[in-house]
Amino acid sequence: MRQERTIVNKIDWIVIAIYFTLIILGWLNIYAAVYDEEMQVGIFDLSLNSGKQLIWIGTSMVIILVIMTVDFRFYDSFAYIIYGVVIFLLIAVLFVGTKVAGSTSWFSIGGFRVQPSEFAKFATALALAKYMSKVNYKLSKFNDLFITACIIAVPPVLIVIQGDTGTALVFGGFVIVLYREGLNPAVIVIGLTAIALFVLTLIFPQTTLIIAVIALGALIILFGKKKWKRVLTIVAGILIVIGVIWSVDYFVNDILKPHQQNRIKALINPEADPLGYGWNVTQSKIAIGSGGLLGKGYLQGTQTKFDFVPEQSTDFIFCTLGEEQGWIGTTSVIFLFVFLMIRLVRIAERQKEKFARVYGYSVASIIFIHFLVNVGMTIGLFPVIGIPLPLFSYGGSSLWAFTVLIFILLKIDAHRMQVLVR
Amino acid sequence: MEDNRKYFIQFTFIIVGLIYCIKLFQIQFLDDTYGPAAEDNILRKIRDYSYRGIIYDRNGELLVHNDPVFDLMVIPKEAGVKDTAKFCAQLGIEKEEFILRMNEVREYDIFQPSVFMKMLSIEDFAKFQDFLVDYPGFYPQVRSLRGYEHESLANALGYVGEISKTRLERDTTGEYKQGDYIGISGVELEYEKELKGQNGIKYKMVNVRGVVKGSFKNGRRDTISLPGENLTATVDLELQQYGEWLMEGLAGGLVAIEPETGEILSLISSPSYSPGFLSGRLFSKNFAQLTLDSLKPLFNRAIMSVYPPGSTFKPLQALIALQEGVITPKEQIYCSGALVGDHAPPGYYDVYKAIQKSSNNYFYIVFKRIINRNRSENTFVDSRLGLEKWNEYLYRFGLGRPLGIDIPNEKGGQIPSPQLYNGIYGENRWKWSTINSISIGQGEILTSPLQMANYSAAIANRGYFYTPHIIKEIGASGKPKEEYLKKHLLGIDTAHFRSVIDAMDAVVNAPGGTGFRAAIPGITVCGKTGTSQNPHGEDHSVFIAFAPKENPKIAISVYVQNAGQGARAAASIAGLMIEKYLTKEIKKIWIEDYVKRGHFIY
Repeated sequence: MRQERTIVNKIDWIVIAIYFTLIILGWLNIYAAVYDEEMQVGIFDLSLNSGKQLIWIGTSMVIILVIMTVDFRFYDSFAYIIYGVVIFLLIAVLFVGTKVAGSTSWFSIGGFRVQPSEFAKFATALALAKYMSKVNYKLSKFNDLFITACIIAVPPVLIVIQGDTGTALVFGGFVIVLYREGLNPAVIVIGLTAIALFVLTLIFPQTTLIIAVIALGALIILFGKKKWKRVLTIVAGILIVIGVIWSVDYFVNDILKPHQQNRIKALINPEADPLGYGWNVTQSKIAIGSGGLLGKGYLQGTQTKFDFVPEQSTDFIFCTLGEEQGWIGTTSVIFLFVFLMIRLVRIAERQKEKFARVYGYSVASIIFIHFLVNVGMTIGLFPVIGIPLPLFSYGGSSLWAFTVLIFILLKIDAHRMQVLVR
Repeated sequence: MEDNRKYFIQFTFIIVGLIYCIKLFQIQFLDDTYGPAAEDNILRKIRDYSYRGIIYDRNGELLVHNDPVFDLMVIPKEAGVKDTAKFCAQLGIEKEEFILRMNEVREYDIFQPSVFMKMLSIEDFAKFQDFLVDYPGFYPQVRSLRGYEHESLANALGYVGEISKTRLERDTTGEYKQGDYIGISGVELEYEKELKGQNGIKYKMVNVRGVVKGSFKNGRRDTISLPGENLTATVDLELQQYGEWLMEGLAGGLVAIEPETGEILSLISSPSYSPGFLSGRLFSKNFAQLTLDSLKPLFNRAIMSVYPPGSTFKPLQALIALQEGVITPKEQIYCSGALVGDHAPPGYYDVYKAIQKSSNNYFYIVFKRIINRNRSENTFVDSRLGLEKWNEYLYRFGLGRPLGIDIPNEKGGQIPSPQLYNGIYGENRWKWSTINSISIGQGEILTSPLQMANYSAAIANRGYFYTPHIIKEIGASGKPKEEYLKKHLLGIDTAHFRSVIDAMDAVVNAPGGTGFRAAIPGITVCGKTGTSQNPHGEDHSVFIAFAPKENPKIAISVYVQNAGQGARAAASIAGLMIEKYLTKEIKKIWIEDYVKRGHFIY
């Protein structure tokens, strides 16, 4: 009894409030996305995604209770075991999984399907936190960095093999955690430069870009000090950049599958083929844009309901919100997400234990990547990558996984006064 | 340093949130193209085509009705044809045509329906209908085409066709869209506004697969179509058909008018075509064929061809002379036959005899009296003043200008005015002797069959006419256009008509009268023959008439090209038409045979 009262007193009610606000808003929007006036089917009907989502919400409550009951030290102690089990499941799903929309990432159990890759997120976060909190851990040590990289990289590699590149990309979010824990920013700067070059390569013809780079380098040499060492460095830099441009071109045209190429092309110029690869982005923007400032009103949207927007209750749920609730609605939800992520960072920062802090940052980062990519793709700022909007999109695995992710943190956080700094 | 990182991370979260809010503000608030794009996605405008008014003849017979045809529509986004060859076979088109058409409509608008194939007849469509279910994205749209149960009156009725680009650009009402049908000529054009009605638009919401999901905003934006007004024509279809039959193989025009109302009983242009020929899918092809025809079947001779009226002009000259007081009815004028060649022998002539015998010399003298009234010392000036006065009379008879019939492109003909002669000879360089051929309706004077029929009706009425018109009732009003209810006076006293009409009676009924072929047992037909000189070939045969003499019910003018004397082709046809109209049967079979034999030059 005493412990429960402690939990109630110590738990972070702000995160819980945002959590419930988002799942309820999500649930209402899922109904709006699949609503059909002529069908006369209510929000609770199990034939609709909204009815099913209510089951996922209900089971999430059970998960929350379980997490709250289990000893907070369990997650620390069992981190590797959980990680191991998930890796096993990720491998197993390759052999016994069900193929859905081109990805073999689902276990079918009865009428329901479970996606182990969703749980890989929290398992990786736990393992990462566990490993980084070991004694004498230093990111600058090659061994530590290598193993850290492996912990982060193994699940997404398996997930890519399953054919679900989108979910794999989410693991890129762990870079934020590493950054917080002292990763050299140069690594991140180089990474971002590579991405920028990648995008530029897609926008401009290869030759134009190479000429531009050489011209830029020549200008720097001409107007700078003409020392041999400097000139050589610049020339080497130019050659590397040209190499990157070539390899990106090769990567996009020869390695990426056509549908992946198209998604990148659609991001850069969706109008080029509005009915082909630009369809999703064009329709998504039409749905959101037509909502205006105040929206068309709940259940009054047309674009998502009439299937112009694909995947309207899962990946493109933000369109329903944008169309029916307008800019007021979208901005409010964005505010909620940003508020949630900052709150999670604050929680992470107030941990005495490194394990809890790394885990907290992992939670915030994973939510951030989902938010960044999901909302970004619906408004044309990101390529279409099929990952859900946390807590909002329809989907049991996703909701469960985020519930687990968040509530483990809340559980650990509630007990933060009980731990001694190692 | 690592402390800064936690702030930097939070800062990044906020910046991303802000960027998204700004981008959303841009697409949701600043950019106003998405709203219409969304409507374009879900709205399917379904045109509710109005029902074009139909046209009856004066006895309630259908002249023009509507035939349903089917436009095969396609929504390119949803179009699914698995077996193109089968589809083409069922529709009776070539595969190349299918591919070409699909590409066209796809390029035009992939979401909105376009016409895939126009104007399938009800029979053709019935054959295809059973297969329609196999082809998603295709659906029929009912349109109506003009249909005719007879082959008559094509020139007057005109035709309906797809609106042209130029017409669409000139349209300021905004009521027409590409592909709409519009009256292009004849009554269809003249009464377009009344006939067309109002198209409606129904807005339906559809999902991405084109399945209709209900009306848009509960149909608040929908408009329903209003049918056009029905018209009743003045034409007697039976008489029209009879006249067209008589004119078969001949070139010319015929107009019959009910004198007391100006209603056109028959308006014939020969050769013509069957009105159904220009309705339907083959319109372009058929139209081209008619355009290339050397006999110009599209040319409405009854109102568009003008020619010298010849001797049929003489009663008019007589009436002017009487009104001007330059002759009296009983005045005997000696005609030596020296002024001009003449069929009438030398001797004394009064008005009656001059018209009956068609004396050229008499009318030369009379016209000289009309022109030269000694209003001026200068004979040139005097001639000009006289001609001006004479012009006024002719204008009052409806000559020299379009009468204003309710069929477009009526020609006004020509009456020689001082300006015209000044142009030819120079000012004060012409006098009566220069222009005297117009005394007997030759030379520079040009009239249309319609004008001649109207002139004949005006004589029948003893001094007035109503503008000839072909539509007597517009919709529920039961009235023609207002201008057709206005009486036009000739400015000639009723008394002056007696001797002229008596003479016209004699032309037909007196022994040896030139118009004898127009005579009908038991009915007094009054007429005047004419032979219109034609420098290009045989003269044109002309005849005007009205009957009965008292209380006339029909006035007519007949003009047959290159058929020689008016006494033959024109008079025969006029007589038969009058007989047909007044008695409903033809007793003078031999005249009918004579006309159908068609040998008028001998």
